[in-house]
Amino acid sequence: MAKALEISGLEKSFGRNHVLRGIDLVLRSREVTVLMGANGAGKSTLVKVICGYHSADGGSLELAGEPFHPQDAADAISKGVVTVHQSIDDGVIPDLDVANNLMLDRLAKPGSGLFVRERKMRREARRIAESMGLHLDVTARVADLEVADRQMIAIARAMVGDPKLLILDEPTSSLSATEADRLFSLIDRLRDQGVAILYISHRMSDIRRIADRIVTMRDGAVSGVFEADNLDYEGAVTAMLGHRMTEVDIDPVAVDTPILQLNDIVLRQGAAPIDASFHDGEVVAITGLLGSGKTRLAEILFGLAEPLAGRLRLDGKPYAPRSAREAVSSGVFMSPKDRAANAVIGAFDIADNMTLPFLEAFSRLSFVKTRAQRNAADGMIDRIGVVCQSAEDGIGTLSGGNQQKAMIARWLLKPCRALLLDEPFQGVDIGARRDIGRHIRQTAKGRTTIVFVAEIDEALEIADRIVILNEGAVAGEHINRDIDLTRMVAEVSGQQDAA
Amino acid sequence: MSGERLLNFAIRYGFLILLIGMVLFFSFAANGFASPRSAVFVLQSVAITGILALGVTCTLVVDGFDLSIGAVATSALMLSAYSMVILEQSAFTAIVLCLLMGAFVGLVNGILIVKFRVPDLLATLGMMFLLIGLQRIPTQGNSIATGMSLSADSVAEGVFSPAFLWLGRHRFDLVIERLVPVPVVIFLVIALAIWAFLSLTRHGRLMYAIGSNERAAALVGTPVSRYKIAAYMISGVTASIGGILLAARLGRGDIASGTNLLLDSVAAALIGFAVLGAARPNAFGTVVGALFVGILLQGMTMMNAPYYTQDFVKGAVLVVALVFTFYLSSRRGAGGKV
Repeated sequence: MAKALEISGLEKSFGRNHVLRGIDLVLRSREVTVLMGANGAGKSTLVKVICGYHSADGGSLELAGEPFHPQDAADAISKGVVTVHQSIDDGVIPDLDVANNLMLDRLAKPGSGLFVRERKMRREARRIAESMGLHLDVTARVADLEVADRQMIAIARAMVGDPKLLILDEPTSSLSATEADRLFSLIDRLRDQGVAILYISHRMSDIRRIADRIVTMRDGAVSGVFEADNLDYEGAVTAMLGHRMTEVDIDPVAVDTPILQLNDIVLRQGAAPIDASFHDGEVVAITGLLGSGKTRLAEILFGLAEPLAGRLRLDGKPYAPRSAREAVSSGVFMSPKDRAANAVIGAFDIADNMTLPFLEAFSRLSFVKTRAQRNAADGMIDRIGVVCQSAEDGIGTLSGGNQQKAMIARWLLKPCRALLLDEPFQGVDIGARRDIGRHIRQTAKGRTTIVFVAEIDEALEIADRIVILNEGAVAGEHINRDIDLTRMVAEVSGQQDAA
Repeated sequence: MSGERLLNFAIRYGFLILLIGMVLFFSFAANGFASPRSAVFVLQSVAITGILALGVTCTLVVDGFDLSIGAVATSALMLSAYSMVILEQSAFTAIVLCLLMGAFVGLVNGILIVKFRVPDLLATLGMMFLLIGLQRIPTQGNSIATGMSLSADSVAEGVFSPAFLWLGRHRFDLVIERLVPVPVVIFLVIALAIWAFLSLTRHGRLMYAIGSNERAAALVGTPVSRYKIAAYMISGVTASIGGILLAARLGRGDIASGTNLLLDSVAAALIGFAVLGAARPNAFGTVVGALFVGILLQGMTMMNAPYYTQDFVKGAVLVVALVFTFYLSSRRGAGGKV
């Protein structure tokens, strides 16, 4: 088969952070290569180098035999490397109709005429859509379409220029199972047309369905290649997670007093009710794919959503928070996921950011006691190891990992009954991740801690017990000691029978 | 000094240095500029817009905007005149009515924005039109003054009470006899109160948090809706105070006055972003912004610049201040002490 892209000895560093350490990889036409790797393995950096967002520090890229050094994203696209990113709405313009979206690149091209010829454009757009097997009204507004249709339009738009290589970055992360099926048949069709496809995903069901090859990455290098007749999924997972799990030794604590109890909580229509207790001193990880219901569960526990049925008990008493405020005053704290959108106050310094939930405790007659506030922040900075000049540094001057530390430290300032951490390791490097994990475990006494993570290895690194959700129900539960990883991966992907 | 330190210095003190430079320039160039009377005149000229600007600052802090302040002020002007001249009520009643009206308008603005999800600019723009229209209905579009005819055979007999006029016209002795007018004192008191509220209390801190990242503020348990409504109510009340002072100075319910109040006070609040490199709404900056414009206009007037150049000059100052805020500050890292 023809080589579409050949990567050899690719190196990339950001400052002292050596992200890609000599990647050798060949992507062939008519083949779907699945790229797997844990957070921070370098997947996204690799993709960004290929699609022209970053330039390589060393090594070479060859596209169809020619040297390939994209100047920027537009250059990469014009040479035939097209990327569809994770967030769908980057790929489409919601307020325009389908035809306009499909023809957008042509509209943007210089010299394409002043007036838009609607009829011709629609005919052309319809032709493109048909060739992809998309049967939809090209005059519909994209905003009115389903997520899957929008995703496919983003891909169809990418295909207008006849690319040689199509990169799909977690394309199913916001799709339902049936929607994903439609995406897979589109990918099959593109593969048959001779396009090389690089597909980034963790969903085992996706991978089983479309992978011709699996490439795993770990710590900036390719750690395994699994081909054709030798598509060893479990081997791939092990190659992806590697030695990491043994690095952190967890000695699961013995549990006694339950603090937070779930009685017959129903997360979504038709899902089995969930019964669970979370105990004093225990760190429980709740893991599952996107759409498994873990975000929903976190929202319910923090008073942002209501369960369809069932009851919560906190310290034996009924607990039914109706807002974040009520949850906090009952002693249930949550550090939300996606800190930039949900947690960081960009205009504030570290001390103000950390003490934000407890300003009342740091003020007298409503006047903020600046010194008490600073002392508390300084103490936390020392304990959790935030790298900064002083507590008066703007939060924006910190690196992602240090910002995340500050966001978690915020909720450790005061004792609580239950601490919920939603994706606490999001966008955090391995060092900061270890610091955070260690601190959470050290302070776990006196409360129950629930960590919501999508990555299994993160769960293994921090938890005494791991609860696996799938489609809104509990798919499995493990004490974190000699876990059968294969079984766990199967439970996460909802493939118990297949495994 | 290295380039970066120079830049930081310019961002922090540039505007204040400009202000001092301007005062020095006018002191030499314009005869009589550097006198207590002239200084008080400047303060008096900015007192009412300054009070309104402090209110709008509170709405800017929660990342909102209040376009209705000018209309609230003129409504308070008309309401106080109506209640004293036509309803023949006391000064106290008139003032309480105006303050309640301001608070109520703020409450409605806040509810429109928070509960009904109307974008702030549109909600307060709608409220502005509503109030401009409403204040004309009781008098069929006429100004209110003692002796105006109410129907075929009766005239308005009520008068502006002396106590009410005292608010706008009395001057306290300070070294020189009859120097400091009451509105200036009220302006300074409100400025101090809003400054303390915004930068020293936890309520102010939470309002800044809402303005910077509303979702994050809500997720730590801040009652975001209540704070936003409170901000609009503060804005409404300060605007009605401005209107009361205007009425007390004019001594009649003049339908045509106060047209410039909205734009002038918004300009003062926006210029305030540039003061001390705050790059965010702040009470101190707002006061300096209002003074800056006042001093500039006073100096120019004393140098016989024609009145019709005033708006041009205000606009130029505003543009320069916005460049300070958004261009220079964006080159420096974000965040810092409130």
